[in-house]
Amino acid sequence: MNAAPDSRTLLAIYRKMSAIKHNDERFISTMLAGRLSMPYYSARGQECIPAAISVLLRDDDYLVTIYRGVHDMIAKGVPPRLIWAEFAGRSTGTCKGKGGPMHVTHPESGCMVTTGIVGAGMPIGCGLALSAQLRGDGRVTVTNFGDGASNIGAFHESMNLASVWKLPLVFVCQNNRYAEHTALATGTSIERIADRAASYGMPGLHVDGNDPLAVYAAAQEAIERARSGGGPTLIEAMTFRFNGHLIGDSGDYIPKPEYAAAVAADPYPRYRRWLADNGHANAGELDAIDAAIKAEVDAAMQFAFDSPLTDVAEVTRDVFADHAA
Amino acid sequence: MTIQTSKADKATIVQALNWALDDAMAADDQVIVFGEEVADPEGGGLMKVTQGLSTKYGSRVRSTPISEMAFTGAAVGAAITGMRPVIEIMLMNFLAVCMDPITNHAAKLRFMSGGQTSVPMVIRTMTGSGFQTGGQHSDFLEAWFCHTPGIKVVMPSNAADAYGLMLGAIRDPDPVLFVEHLLSYWTPGEPPERGKAIALGKARIARPGRDVTLIGYSRSMMDLPVVAQKLAGDGIDCEIVDLRTVSPLDMDTILGSVRKTGRVVIVHEAVKSFGVGAEVASRIYESLFRELKAPIARVASKDAPVPFAKHLEAAFLYSHAEIEAAVRGTLL
Ligand SMILES: Cc1ncc(C[n+]2csc(CCOP(=O)(O)OP(=O)(O)O)c2C)c(N)n1
Ligand SMILES: [Mg+2]
Repeated sequence: MNAAPDSRTLLAIYRKMSAIKHNDERFISTMLAGRLSMPYYSARGQECIPAAISVLLRDDDYLVTIYRGVHDMIAKGVPPRLIWAEFAGRSTGTCKGKGGPMHVTHPESGCMVTTGIVGAGMPIGCGLALSAQLRGDGRVTVTNFGDGASNIGAFHESMNLASVWKLPLVFVCQNNRYAEHTALATGTSIERIADRAASYGMPGLHVDGNDPLAVYAAAQEAIERARSGGGPTLIEAMTFRFNGHLIGDSGDYIPKPEYAAAVAADPYPRYRRWLADNGHANAGELDAIDAAIKAEVDAAMQFAFDSPLTDVAEVTRDVFADHAA
Repeated sequence: MTIQTSKADKATIVQALNWALDDAMAADDQVIVFGEEVADPEGGGLMKVTQGLSTKYGSRVRSTPISEMAFTGAAVGAAITGMRPVIEIMLMNFLAVCMDPITNHAAKLRFMSGGQTSVPMVIRTMTGSGFQTGGQHSDFLEAWFCHTPGIKVVMPSNAADAYGLMLGAIRDPDPVLFVEHLLSYWTPGEPPERGKAIALGKARIARPGRDVTLIGYSRSMMDLPVVAQKLAGDGIDCEIVDLRTVSPLDMDTILGSVRKTGRVVIVHEAVKSFGVGAEVASRIYESLFRELKAPIARVASKDAPVPFAKHLEAAFLYSHAEIEAAVRGTLL
């Protein structure tokens, strides 16, 4: 019943993946060059998940993401130049440099909350979805989290609440097989996190998170269910993060063969090949997309470094509405 | 409403809060209420503050599962979209299981988003010793929240204030922790003026006086007038300041009173150390050290968990005799 994505959609997914990958690479090289200073949790390797989900979302659908969330933000439509400016502590940043990589907010693109507290986004996602349900505005909320976050109470409470209230919510567990240095099996009692959905009376979908078509199909089903009043869905998308927990992490705890296999399954080259092999675009067309994206990254970075640093007076602003106390 | 007025000219805090919620919900369809057992089929709230509301407002009033973290976080999410959730945390101690949505999110999202989002939610909760509920059901934890920039803390002591402050809290653009005292719910008091909000951050002179400033809120406002009355018999004229909003503090009113009296006794049910009294005292010292006629005295509960046995519970809480002695101490 669900339609497969057409070429236009497939290329839109590619464009988002390319934007995520190229911004990520530039964030890291800029950090290593000493021009950006921040705790950076690269999502390189996971870009396919939000790229395939977000082509199915409306601009006004709500997004909740985590510290490892730049891919989710870019896919949802947060302008990279505002993210760059935020990371560089500029007054033009999404949050004037007061949030940083773990707390990007951009309501215009639906990016409502980015949290640095594991699991905390799910209860908030319930509230965004509750608002949509009460207002009847048809908005869907997507709340992202990692495999490790499926072991915190907030996950279980939220899954139950969302199910009891039939909230228009999609739980997206981006399972990259590690929570900091802890391997999945060390901390998680079950092989498939998607199976936990059964405890809460909601569908749980387990998909290859490096396969845009699989993610797209699962997201289509979940978003359609949410939008039509059918309640929440848990999607577990299997993936990997190539740059460790955060930049500076040596990755020693990852067995070499596992890492090599993950890199071999890198969704970006794999999807490029698939698009070409299936006649959706040739290599030249994909290169042109990448070139345009790289030019956008150049411009975004330039915008950030050309912007003024946020005034220190901002330290005591936005604490309360009236700026006082 | 099913709740009846006890006497035509008096109101209880239960009634006042019920009216405030009803009036706020009638005036603004973005006001929603949820918490454990707040809907009528589940009893209309532990203390019946929300009784009748679910019958009147349908799905805008919901009983939740026993999931404080999930539903407090849900209030944060709904508030970000511009709704005005008023949630009930059955007892103040249960805030310990939902500190994250409150302190890491509700209180900080306005700031961390650079002012793009705000969290206009109200967290109602209740507490108070005297019911032999022991160490996990009667604490006063307001200092935890006062120590968190970005959230306001309101602790009313009478029906009229409870009504006006609840309306004020719901209309306030920032998150508010609203602490109700279990002992005070049924005390008849002056009825509120319907529809009239009291702005947060304003203390009230509950009794004017010349000699000593007694500063309290919540339960101590039941005790201070009694002690003041007694001391008046000895010619000691106490001024009583009811903080009403504990954070942000109304320093204008506090300092105005202290400038007049030069003597201060601060009384609260929360344990003494690192409490609200310490902050109030510090601020007075910072501003008026040279005008003080005596060191500031603090009277509070003992630095211990609340004990169970009746006589121990009584010994844990401050006594009228302690307040009286503290006042006399400032006059030595
Ligand atoms: C409540 C809480 N506990 C611990 C941490 C520290 N911490 C940050 S990320 C992380 C691992 C989370 O792993 P996972 O949910 O799999 O997400 P991933 O980082 O792999 O994307 C931990 C333990 C935290 N931020 N919040
Ligand atoms: Mg992980």
